[in-house]
Amino acid sequence: MQEEQKERRDFIGMALGATALVGIGGGLGFAAKRTWDPLPSVKAAGFTTVDLSVAKPNELIVEKWRGKPIFILKKTAEMEANDRDVVIGSDRFHISIGLCTHLGCIPAYKKDDHEFFCACHGGRFNASGINEPGLPPPSPLEIPPFKIAGTELILGEAGPEYKKMLDAGLTV
Amino acid sequence: MAHFEKANNLNEWLDQRIGLNTLKRVLNTEYWIPKDINFLWVMGMVLAATFGILVISGIFLLMYYKPDTNLAFDSVNYTIMSEVGYGWLWRHIHGVGASIVFLIIYIHMFTGIYYSSYKKGRELIWLSGMGLFVAFSAEAFSGYMLPWGQMSYWAGMVITNLFSGGSLEAYALVEWIRGDYVPGDAYLTRFFMLHVFLIPLVIIGLIVLHFGTLRLPHVNNQEGADIDYEEAAALYKAGKKKESKVIPFSPVFLSKDIFVMGVYFILFFYLVFYHFDFAMDPVNFDPANGLKTPAHIYPEWYFLWSYEILRPFSKDVGLIAFAISQVALFALPFIDRSPNVAPAHKRGLFQIWFWALLVIMITLTALGKLPPTDPLFAAMGLVFAVLFLLMGPALFIITMFEKKLEKGA
Ligand code: HEM
Ligand code: FES
Repeated sequence: MQEEQKERRDFIGMALGATALVGIGGGLGFAAKRTWDPLPSVKAAGFTTVDLSVAKPNELIVEKWRGKPIFILKKTAEMEANDRDVVIGSDRFHISIGLCTHLGCIPAYKKDDHEFFCACHGGRFNASGINEPGLPPPSPLEIPPFKIAGTELILGEAGPEYKKMLDAGLTV
Repeated sequence: MAHFEKANNLNEWLDQRIGLNTLKRVLNTEYWIPKDINFLWVMGMVLAATFGILVISGIFLLMYYKPDTNLAFDSVNYTIMSEVGYGWLWRHIHGVGASIVFLIIYIHMFTGIYYSSYKKGRELIWLSGMGLFVAFSAEAFSGYMLPWGQMSYWAGMVITNLFSGGSLEAYALVEWIRGDYVPGDAYLTRFFMLHVFLIPLVIIGLIVLHFGTLRLPHVNNQEGADIDYEEAAALYKAGKKKESKVIPFSPVFLSKDIFVMGVYFILFFYLVFYHFDFAMDPVNFDPANGLKTPAHIYPEWYFLWSYEILRPFSKDVGLIAFAISQVALFALPFIDRSPNVAPAHKRGLFQIWFWALLVIMITLTALGKLPPTDPLFAAMGLVFAVLFLLMGPALFIITMFEKKLEKGA
């Protein structure tokens, strides 16, 4: 009897302890996860507006949006058109996040070859941002959310042209 | 309450309270080390001492370093390097130490592999050792972020992107790890926390565990002989030191350790004063710039072999190959099916396997440093990465057919 009661008390004590441990552990674990999350101020990082009328054909412009480089390349008339192009009047632009889809280096634009070359592991993308198969990058350069307003491009806002590309699976 | 007597000296006083004499006996004077070992068995203590040097130099760097993306670069490259008295010395010691510690770790690991010191009771030594290897890698990477130079930023970018898992596209995880869309202020401060507190704490815990797992199996010896420690210890204690196969850790073995460490530290400080530049990448003397990737980026030498396993494949395959190569060595005690604990030169095909592994890893290291533009080297990278991956199954097969050795001693 005596022994039995002692075992019962041990059990209740352990059960209570275990419940408390799970509760406190879970709560603090959640707090820890949230502490590592990006801050609201980082997430709210504003929009960037770029004036496309100053772009010159076959000359890469690099803008900064949310800390990431944005490629803006006005295509020449001879350069192949692509559904990923942003069209303003008669001008066609290649617009993408300038981070290699392999592991995130910034590819360099080779003017003469009309292609982007990534020095980190040798990836290549053509002037429409399409990756050359058989090399480390698995997918085309990503297109950032954008909206066209006259000759201006607003980065961070998803306009109809962007949504169309997204629906067509031309970017992620 | 336990019974305490008046102590006659400090030793007795401590012995009554914390069992000092028992501790000394278990950890020092009756911790038996085989006689039949060579200088390679000192590498473990050399590692412990180098870790100590890294901690001490780190404490002094910590006094002036500022974990802020606007201040970090100058606090290191200007304040510590030219204003703080002897600040350059701590930085060079820390940089050289971080590089050399990996050289010693690799020697220590390959010693363990050569003498089959990872099985038959020594599995936990090996597993805790691999835990230390991973923890040191994380420590080296997080420390590399701190000067916030170009290499810090771009290494941070590429390595954190590994966590997107290729086609899994887990970018939310990557952004969570960074606390930002790209490495930024939140990123730098959290890696600072990891580098100066959390990972060192884990390392200290793992070192204690590593030493603990050594105590019962004892260190291996050059022949892999099964020593009867009780018999050998009895002989030693009876004064038959010549006949006994063992010596006590302290003071006899420790004095040998200290001699080798003396030679090691002469070389170490020679590097610190005259050749520190090998541990300081020139590209990292440019401040971090998120809009410009350096023309050619590569990790520090000790990560090159695993980096080269990532590079020749397409993204998903590369990531899988890389992930396997990072954990494969953990499994060594379980892949090796042979019953023998013996040096490689007595284990037939295993000897060839051992040297092949060494050559493959050195070749991968050399290839990893080259730019990715040359097709010949890229093809070689592919061949050697595949060879590395085949070494696991190869070990399984050759050790399955390994003949049991007759133990002479
Ligand atoms: C970096 C921190 C490390 C420290 C401070 C350390 C320390 C030591 C010490 C003091 C010894 C006993 C003396 C000796 O045999 O050298 C030892 C043995 C051993 N260590 Fe480590 N070690 C470290 C990392 C590693 C790593 C990365 C591995 C491999 C995965 C490893 C595997 C082993 C093995 C297998 C032994 C047994 C050797 C034998 O029985 O002959 N250690 N370690
Ligand atoms: S990051 Fe561009 S090829 Fe790897």
